[in-house]
Amino acid sequence: MAGAAIELRNVTKRFATPKGGIFTALRDLTMEVAPGEFCAVVGPTGCGKSTTLALISGLEPPSVGEVRVEGRAVRGIPDGIGYVFQTDAVFPWKTVLENVAAGPRYHGTPGREARDRAREWITRVGLAGFEDRYPHQLSGGMRKRVGLAQSLITGPKILLMDEPFSALDVQTRTLMEDELLALWASTSASVVFVTHDLEEAIALADRVFVLTAGPGTVKGNYAVDLPRPRKVAEIRFQPRFTEIYEAIWSQLRDEVLVSYERQKHAAAV
Amino acid sequence: MSVKSTRPRSSVSGQSPQSDPPPQAREGNRNSSDLAARRSSAARRRRLNIYALRVAFAVLWIGSWELTTSLNWVDPFFFGHPSGIVVRLWTWITDGTALGPLWLQVAVTMQETVLGFLVGSVLGAAFGILLGRVALLAEILSPFIKGANSIPRVVLGGLFAIMFGLGLSGKVATATVLVFFVVFFNAFQGVREVDRNLIANARILGADNRRMTAEIIIPSSLSWILASLHISFGLAIVGAVVGELFGATAGVGQLIYNAQHTFDINGVFAGMLLLAVMALVAEGILTAIENRLIKWRPRQLSGEIPI
Repeated sequence: MAGAAIELRNVTKRFATPKGGIFTALRDLTMEVAPGEFCAVVGPTGCGKSTTLALISGLEPPSVGEVRVEGRAVRGIPDGIGYVFQTDAVFPWKTVLENVAAGPRYHGTPGREARDRAREWITRVGLAGFEDRYPHQLSGGMRKRVGLAQSLITGPKILLMDEPFSALDVQTRTLMEDELLALWASTSASVVFVTHDLEEAIALADRVFVLTAGPGTVKGNYAVDLPRPRKVAEIRFQPRFTEIYEAIWSQLRDEVLVSYERQKHAAAV
Repeated sequence: MSVKSTRPRSSVSGQSPQSDPPPQAREGNRNSSDLAARRSSAARRRRLNIYALRVAFAVLWIGSWELTTSLNWVDPFFFGHPSGIVVRLWTWITDGTALGPLWLQVAVTMQETVLGFLVGSVLGAAFGILLGRVALLAEILSPFIKGANSIPRVVLGGLFAIMFGLGLSGKVATATVLVFFVVFFNAFQGVREVDRNLIANARILGADNRRMTAEIIIPSSLSWILASLHISFGLAIVGAVVGELFGATAGVGQLIYNAQHTFDINGVFAGMLLLAVMALVAEGILTAIENRLIKWRPRQLSGEIPI
């Protein structure tokens, strides 16, 4: 497909370990994301899910293979990338307003205009009235909203999300998932959403990629043909959801078992 | 004396994953004002108790010192008298010292200390941040810095006395060198401890190198640098006083040196007392500045014991 928003072609990524060995995080991974598509990447712990995002964002170069974003090979950080991190990555010494305004300011928007746009986005993620708070004065869910606004304000064409909601309690999480879908619907961004939670992946995504136990490669990809707009809390009860879940889980289960056995083995050594 | 970096009092990004709801949301029930009042009165009582015990401790300590020396159980020639120290201070205040009026001695030492502190901490922070940012430079200079750090820097006081003479600059240089390394190592460590996620996030958001340093690296390492300033002011005093001991015409260090050479033990103690007061005042000022500079940091737990 020529018009893919994101392409990874036969990508292998190795890291040098502190002990002088070599750790292969991804091996011969190939995947494509269509423009405007919401993709989820699931896989067992340590299969290189986050590494995939690091490659797409240009934070890390691939050891072998090619990464293309919007048809161009990735060298350094491509334009139009948003990244929501697993742990808090909002700047603790900046207020909510300064945090959200950071992206536009770094791109040369004058301060006043950047702040006006930031106020708009703060309202859109439901944090109006908290502009002058520091991150430590907010709850975990609120800090995630700041992170979302911080990424989305730059109008990314590609939005990368690394288990963004894994640290939240279940209710907050469902709420945030719905809000993410609503925010995403108002953009035309392609999303790559990494998670270890298959339910979350199916509820949110158009397509789910299953990675093998590390070194990760694509084991299969599944279209999720559930209608939109979706309500995350309710979509789980649809029979089609269960069918898709069973189909993907039968693939994922083996990988999870492999990864689990390895961990047990590593712990025993 | 070898210096390692000092941990800041709380880590930069180490917030609790789920912080408390805002205070107004937490105190929702009818009795809350009652409870709060009771809790604050209990806290006040505890604070008063602490103050009372502190006074009792001081009375016991100074009282036993006074008693044992005046009864000659302990030789007052070596240990002085608390009352003698007070008298000595008083005569210094009213009649002046052998070197001139007392305020002048304090002012001289303070000037040396503050100048050395400022120069040392600015240079230390600047070099620490520079070497923290430029890995190649850090690798090249690392053995030289470690070598320089292993020199007992107090001996440099003698060198500077020869190089700069009896005036101000020798003492400032000694204080600067003492302060520099502490602040340098802390700033360097602070830069290296910046959360990788924050750096990645800033890069994705489009921060260039200058913005990265100004908006991410410096604020993040600031708590490390500020933690080192508490120790370094004390070291700046050490530097100034040591410099004065190697030769000076004025200053509290010189005052102590004079008192020592006339076997005036009360004078030595009085000088030490002056230095302690100077250090405590400076510590208070530094803490106030620190709290203003990093107001984004969560407040310390209320149960913390201030030392």
